[in-house]
Amino acid sequence: MKRLFMLAALLSLVLGVGHALAQAAPNFDDPAEFAKQKANLTAAPANPSDPIYLQHIGTDMVDTAKFKKPAPWTLCFSNAATDNPWRVVGLKNMQAQVAVDKANIKDFIVTDAGGSDDKQIADINDLLTGKKCDILMIAPNTTAALTPAVEKACAVLPVIVFDRGVTTKCPLSFVHPVGGYGFGIAAAEFIAKNVPKGGNVLALRILPGVDVLETRFSAGKHILTDAGLNIVGAEFTGGDNAKTKSIVEDYMQKGKIDAIFMDAGATAVAAIEAFEDAGQPVPVITGEDQQDFLQKWKADKLTAIAPTYPNYVWRTAILASEMVLSGKPIPGPEWVLPQPSITADTLDKYINTSMPPLHYAMCGCEDFPDYPARWK
Amino acid sequence: MSNEAVAKVEASSRRRRLPSINPIYLVLVLLIAAIAIKNPAFLEPLQFMNFLKRAAPLAILSAGQVFVLVAGGFDLSVGALITLTVIGASMLQSNDPNATWWVICLLFVLGALVGLINGLVVVLLRVPSLIATLGMMITLTGVALLWSGGAPKGYLTDSFRFFGRFNISGIPGIGILPVALIVLVVVVAFLWWLMHSTNYGRLLLAVGDNPRASQLAGVPIGRVRVLAFVVSALSGTVAGILLGGFSGVSPDAGNGYELQAITAAVLGGAQLLGGRGSVPATVAGAVTLTAIFTLLNFLGLPNPVRSAVQGLILIGAVALAMYRRKHAGR
Repeated sequence: MKRLFMLAALLSLVLGVGHALAQAAPNFDDPAEFAKQKANLTAAPANPSDPIYLQHIGTDMVDTAKFKKPAPWTLCFSNAATDNPWRVVGLKNMQAQVAVDKANIKDFIVTDAGGSDDKQIADINDLLTGKKCDILMIAPNTTAALTPAVEKACAVLPVIVFDRGVTTKCPLSFVHPVGGYGFGIAAAEFIAKNVPKGGNVLALRILPGVDVLETRFSAGKHILTDAGLNIVGAEFTGGDNAKTKSIVEDYMQKGKIDAIFMDAGATAVAAIEAFEDAGQPVPVITGEDQQDFLQKWKADKLTAIAPTYPNYVWRTAILASEMVLSGKPIPGPEWVLPQPSITADTLDKYINTSMPPLHYAMCGCEDFPDYPARWK
Repeated sequence: MSNEAVAKVEASSRRRRLPSINPIYLVLVLLIAAIAIKNPAFLEPLQFMNFLKRAAPLAILSAGQVFVLVAGGFDLSVGALITLTVIGASMLQSNDPNATWWVICLLFVLGALVGLINGLVVVLLRVPSLIATLGMMITLTGVALLWSGGAPKGYLTDSFRFFGRFNISGIPGIGILPVALIVLVVVVAFLWWLMHSTNYGRLLLAVGDNPRASQLAGVPIGRVRVLAFVVSALSGTVAGILLGGFSGVSPDAGNGYELQAITAAVLGGAQLLGGRGSVPATVAGAVTLTAIFTLLNFLGLPNPVRSAVQGLILIGAVALAMYRRKHAGR
């Protein structure tokens, strides 16, 4: 009997059937948001002469005069997790900005929720009861679960939310790049332009159920289908290189693949290698701004594009906090940062062969005094 | 009714008389046939070799895991060891192709050390292996994270990736021969021999079946168990080298592999509390898991349906293994 239980436990772990069936279906297909992000992708920022991590699309500002406080300040940050290279690079961006402004910042307190809503709610509570923070930055783990905690924090402190959003308007600003639809639009439009009608597109996705990833695919699906392309499969890779390579190999056997659409680029090189190892030409591919993909793209002269989800949003969060505490107005209630794609024309500018493979080129970190050492 | 009963008795007595075939081989053949019906090109040498190449890391890992299972333990640390192997390789190599050989040697030392610690903690400190290796898994994940700072720092050079990626081409009859397949055959042949033809293998089965009786009979059960953990950890190192070679550096290369390896062994008829298990059947179990994945890719089912189908196939296969054990009495 004991043995049976263990077996059952083991199998349920392996399968995760419950997980797959338990997914609800929130709306990741919002035409209004799609149109807005499509416009924002090409919109000129209101302050084009500033560095890209300070630019904003749209001119709405919020007044922060009442939060002005003499320096030095204690900045607090409740982080959802540091569980993937994008977040690792982002946190380094924050630390680098804090190091630059150390005359004004006496302390930078970071809590890491390890991808757990409960832990992050407790973290925010701890930061509030500690009474050390002058301002609180929050990168929420999930939207709905964290909203009440963010509202609670708003009552006590100035709050900046960035990366993923919440459903309350109480934070001073929600700092984010154009968005998931924008990412999907940039990728899919490139494919539609480079693959003739009737071509086969394989979509490789990381995870189900994450809003910023779901919207990338939903936008992509619309554009690809409208262009008369055929989505032969949409597979979840779990961000696993080996699985990605296997999936692509299997689809190559099923039929010709004319393009690969990726909703995140961490496994793009594994997908490319599947074609290389089979001795076939690499089709049109969309990746992201990871160094390994950019370098492979250049070396093999691929037909590719790298839409980005710019990593400099992390740096902007620190800068926004400092502006608030200095009483300067900041873009809000949403600070929409530009979201450029890396194209064949701009590729060389972003390649740096001395950086780690999963370094994000759109980090906006090149002008830090300790670049590149801190990111290596 | 009575006819059926007679048939049943006859069937079961036939099973007793003849050396019965482990049903996992049957399941595997059925799955491969299903894939081939869906996609005839699958049986062409090139595709089939690629399939085996893909299965190699898990097959080797499972063949090592079954040693620990047979001895009555679990080794949950191998997934994290794979991750550490892949990340460690990229860190140690720092993009220098000449470093490959000493890096590989160092990785084996690391693997042996991890296995030794696992074994000693279980045997000397009497920590249940589930907990001991869970602790090791968490520790190794932490070490990998600490070492790399969360994102790998270097690439794996082509000379390192040779084992997991390179195909020897121009072989008459089969076209290509992946290096990973050669590694698989050599390692599995060795482990097969070790478990099924040596005195050590017999002691291992005895220890897992009845530790008290083996101890009274003078079996050095401590040493036998520690060696099982070392074998499992070394198979993790080999799997890590192949996996890193197959798909390159990634910060979570080994995620979930420990459970897949245990599942493969159970599919192959291994008993979770020790005393029973087979290297070749475990390898067949691992290839079966890979085949399920491929079949589902070819079927193109929607994702939730796919998880459910995968689960049903697994439960069915394990149930078949249990049924056969009950009726064949072995």
